[in-house]
Amino acid sequence: MIAIVDYRAGNLTSVKKALDFVGADSVVTSDPNQVARAEKVVLPGVGHFSATRILGQLGLQGAVEAAIQRGKPFLGICVGMQWMFESSAEAPETHGLGLFTGQCERFPTEVKSPHVGWNTLRLRSSSRLLQGIDPDSCVYFTHSYRAPIVEGTVAECEYGGAFSAVVERDQLFGVQFHPEKSGPVGLRILENFRRL
Amino acid sequence: MTLTKRMIACLDVHGGRVVKGVQFLHLKDAGDPAELAAAHSQAGADEIVLLDISATHENRSTLLETVRKTAGRIFIPFTVGGGIRSLDEAADVFDAGADKISINSAALADPTLITRIAQRYGSQAVVVAIDAKRRTNGYGFQAWVSGGRRPTGQDATEWAQEAEKRGAGEILLTSMDRDGTGAGFDCELTRAVAQAVRIPVIASGGGGSTQTFVEVFLQGQADAALAASIFHFGWQRFTDLKQELQVAGIPVRLPC
Repeated sequence: MIAIVDYRAGNLTSVKKALDFVGADSVVTSDPNQVARAEKVVLPGVGHFSATRILGQLGLQGAVEAAIQRGKPFLGICVGMQWMFESSAEAPETHGLGLFTGQCERFPTEVKSPHVGWNTLRLRSSSRLLQGIDPDSCVYFTHSYRAPIVEGTVAECEYGGAFSAVVERDQLFGVQFHPEKSGPVGLRILENFRRL
Repeated sequence: MTLTKRMIACLDVHGGRVVKGVQFLHLKDAGDPAELAAAHSQAGADEIVLLDISATHENRSTLLETVRKTAGRIFIPFTVGGGIRSLDEAADVFDAGADKISINSAALADPTLITRIAQRYGSQAVVVAIDAKRRTNGYGFQAWVSGGRRPTGQDATEWAQEAEKRGAGEILLTSMDRDGTGAGFDCELTRAVAQAVRIPVIASGGGGSTQTFVEVFLQGQADAALAASIFHFGWQRFTDLKQELQVAGIPVRLPC
């Protein structure tokens, strides 16, 4: 069972629907026990980085950390991926999980922000999450802050400079784009996660 | 290696069916929304927009059911608009499966609605739709509301700037003069708004030949282009159109 963590920040039905489509058994939940016991955890994200603070208030941060500690595969989507870093300039007082080093920053002023639309993935190194994905595949992004390139960056994207599109280390996975909204490419990525 | 230009299929829905008119009138049946959305998505549309053009007069539950069915068929971004007047109505549409909502008349009547929806769902989920018509004196463009039935006196470009300031994530800009004609987008209108704001601008109204799309991206500086009839009735295929755009040097999502 995959736990889709509900932290009251937007619509999770599309993530649930996409996981259903690829045959993954999942449940939308804000129950810390259910998250801690899940075989896999997905943390979707839309909106503001500070919304992740509610994860601590609901006891979900500890549950997510417990699942990760037990070696369960974890997938952060969009703000969910940014939360895997140390912090974000969007809400400097809110701490991330610090699973990857660095802070998420705003796009430079010479490009329109938010970065909305289909942009290309540039694959940097082999990845279990991106298995079978063609180089230069397009995926759907919508965000105003971006994560830096780090050692765990397996795919990057270019928009006013390069940033992390996919990070991966052991059982930790993060995608800045929305796989549930990225057509066949996104569904393949979710299927890869299901197969882990 | 760049952000691609989006090609968006628009479903104008009336009483649960897709219809398409010319210059906001003369409706013609074009099919089932969920079926058409799935077909467009498979054919290579980058996004689906569903506008309930009857919403102000009819039962909302019909729309929500249509949204639910349509959202169940597609895995690309899905925007829903038409008659959303409050945060609660927006919430119902999000719950039914929309990724973004589009607001028009209600935002002009009460611009704080933009901010309230953006604070709850994020700016990326709020599209402000502007129906603009060239002023009869030839100077600039005026925003119209109520499905193009009522002029507001407000300048379309200034309204777009205010919408951005209040938290809109995108502007869906329709030229009422060109809507449904296939005669080409209003590039002057599109460029004026695209240069005035820092959020993406979706051009709508007048899409027809490949050349009309090339023009709206190059001269109009649009980030995305939306069309209805030309896709529903099979006059343009997404993959063909995108391949031709790519040849013209416009970045598009291919294969799709």
